[in-house]
Amino acid sequence: MTTDPGAPASPTDGTYHLRLYVAGQSPKSVRAVENLRRVCEEHLAGRYTIELVDLVEHPHLARGDEIIAVPTLVRKLPEPMRRIIGDLSDTEKVLVGLQLREDRSGP
Amino acid sequence: MTSSYVRPHVPNAARLGLAKSPTGIKGFDELTGGGLPSGRPTLVTGGAGSGKTQFGLEFLVRGAEDFGEPGVLLAFEESATDLADNAASLGFDLPALEAAGGLVVDAVHIDPAEIVTTGDFDLDGLFIRLAAAVQSVGARRVVLDTIEVLFAALDNEAIVRAEFARLLRWLKDQGLTTVITGERGREGQLTRFGIEEYVSDCVIVLDHRVRDELATRRLRIVKYRGSSHGTNEYPFLIRDRGLMVWPLTEVALSYGASTERVSVGVPELDDMLRGGVYDGSAVLVSGTAGTGKTTLAAQAVEAACARGERALFVSFEESPDQIVRNMRSVGIDLGRWVDAGLLRLWGERATAFGLEAHLDRFEQLLDETTPSVAVLDSVGSLTHVGAGAEVTSTISRELDLLKSRGITAMITSLIHEGQGESSAAAVSSLIDTWILLRNSESDGERNRLLFVIKSRGTAHSNQVREFRMTDNGIRLLDVVVGPTGVLTGSARARQVAETGAAVATRGADLERRRLAFDRRAAEVEAEIALLRERLAGQRAELESLAVETERDDSARTALQASIARQREHARAAGGLGADERGDRT
Repeated sequence: MTTDPGAPASPTDGTYHLRLYVAGQSPKSVRAVENLRRVCEEHLAGRYTIELVDLVEHPHLARGDEIIAVPTLVRKLPEPMRRIIGDLSDTEKVLVGLQLREDRSGP
Repeated sequence: MTSSYVRPHVPNAARLGLAKSPTGIKGFDELTGGGLPSGRPTLVTGGAGSGKTQFGLEFLVRGAEDFGEPGVLLAFEESATDLADNAASLGFDLPALEAAGGLVVDAVHIDPAEIVTTGDFDLDGLFIRLAAAVQSVGARRVVLDTIEVLFAALDNEAIVRAEFARLLRWLKDQGLTTVITGERGREGQLTRFGIEEYVSDCVIVLDHRVRDELATRRLRIVKYRGSSHGTNEYPFLIRDRGLMVWPLTEVALSYGASTERVSVGVPELDDMLRGGVYDGSAVLVSGTAGTGKTTLAAQAVEAACARGERALFVSFEESPDQIVRNMRSVGIDLGRWVDAGLLRLWGERATAFGLEAHLDRFEQLLDETTPSVAVLDSVGSLTHVGAGAEVTSTISRELDLLKSRGITAMITSLIHEGQGESSAAAVSSLIDTWILLRNSESDGERNRLLFVIKSRGTAHSNQVREFRMTDNGIRLLDVVVGPTGVLTGSARARQVAETGAAVATRGADLERRRLAFDRRAAEVEAEIALLRERLAGQRAELESLAVETERDDSARTALQASIARQREHARAAGGLGADERGDRT
């Protein structure tokens, strides 16, 4: 399933609800936050929200979203849910994971 | 769990300080001398359906219920619902145990299709989840089932390996006794991703194989650091009451030996065995088809019930109704003992289940019935189920079960014509008394013979006896030996008749001789009487003659006197004529 910016597929007008799970302030966590912000600004400017969850502070939340690795980026919306594990250093892979790659190369 | 289960010798390691955590899996703790290494990870690996998840489940459930050690199950393959169902099939109620605070089940859902990895990561999420779960119930045990899913789902194997090693260290640091399940890898590999190299303390391999169309499960302890352990493959079973491992017959040879004798229900056979078989011993009755094995066994059961003891009759060939009917035809009424609650008849096709399942069922029957005599009719049927060696080991385990409980065992075994005694020989070393039944064919008829091949600790009879099934059960006949050996059937009858006739003939002869003698004696008597009579006659004649002679003499004397007187007269007148007359008289 792909999203078409011209014809919104979700009731949220194509807004991306993203949640990033990290564990404490490790270098990986910091890198992941930086990389995510950069990608979103470049590709989803104005139509994204980022929620940052630190599992060290909220361990019970790991179970709800089936988190095993950190950092994990979860695309809550648009559906279906997608997960990207890692520090998001490979922008191409992040775009594919968020299914933004096809969007850009689309019509 | 049965309290009467015989515990084998516990290896020394258990006493030398290597702490072990009991799994509660029947047979396994005996095998390992106490269970899994405490506070350390154990790898349980096996193919699909080999029972590794069940192993982990029972380890956790028994830990929480029986050993006061709460646990955490981190499941990567099955949902919580599936796990609950799975556990229910073993007789465990996971939701209830969770509600009671003895267990946390965390089913980790990983869908590789919705996961992309990019860049560096670690498994802190998993650590945090696990730590939270462990903390919430104060867990002492952890099961990771099957963690290898992570290797497939996360495409950075180097990171997963490093993290897995870190996880094991963490589990050890926490002192958690852990079971890690793994999927059996290709030929020669214990696990698909080689995780056995990280788990150095204890490795257990489960195997689910099909041989001769029979599925059997096997358990093998590949490695157990710091502990002695058997290296054999042990059959194990997934039952509705949890798993069960059958240690081989190490448990054997520790039973007490009774000196009490038990009747086998046939007085003549008891005599041959010098008063019956020993209480709690094993009796094998082998023979070809139709030799009366089942009947002999039923007779023993009948005798036990008549003494007021409980008995178990397991048949692999006939239904209970059939047994009752057939035995009634030879005057053995088993039905009344069933009604009296003394006898349990159990019919089961041996092929319906595998050998282990059969063993399990058998033990359950023993638990329920607590018999003093048990019959297995016939163990030969088990050879339809498994290969020879497996059947032998099954029978030896059955005998173990019986002997460890002091139950007198009577097992029958079918020998095929021409096969001789070899088929029963495999188990004969486990048998205390071996009775062989054989058909003897002669004179156009088949008759049944009974031998006592061996009877340990008994000066048993060496006789071959013919036995008959009568309306009142089995009777052994006295031995009749003819010119060609023991006689049976009509030959026996003829011999008996001939012997009788010979005796009769000799008797008649004597009588005849006696009569002849009597007659002769009478004749002699008669002759004697006759002679006596004749003698008397002669005597009488003689006497009359004597009288006559005397009379003549006196007459002559008188005459001579008169003559003398005349001569004197004549002398006086002179003459010679007087001398001439005197000479003539």
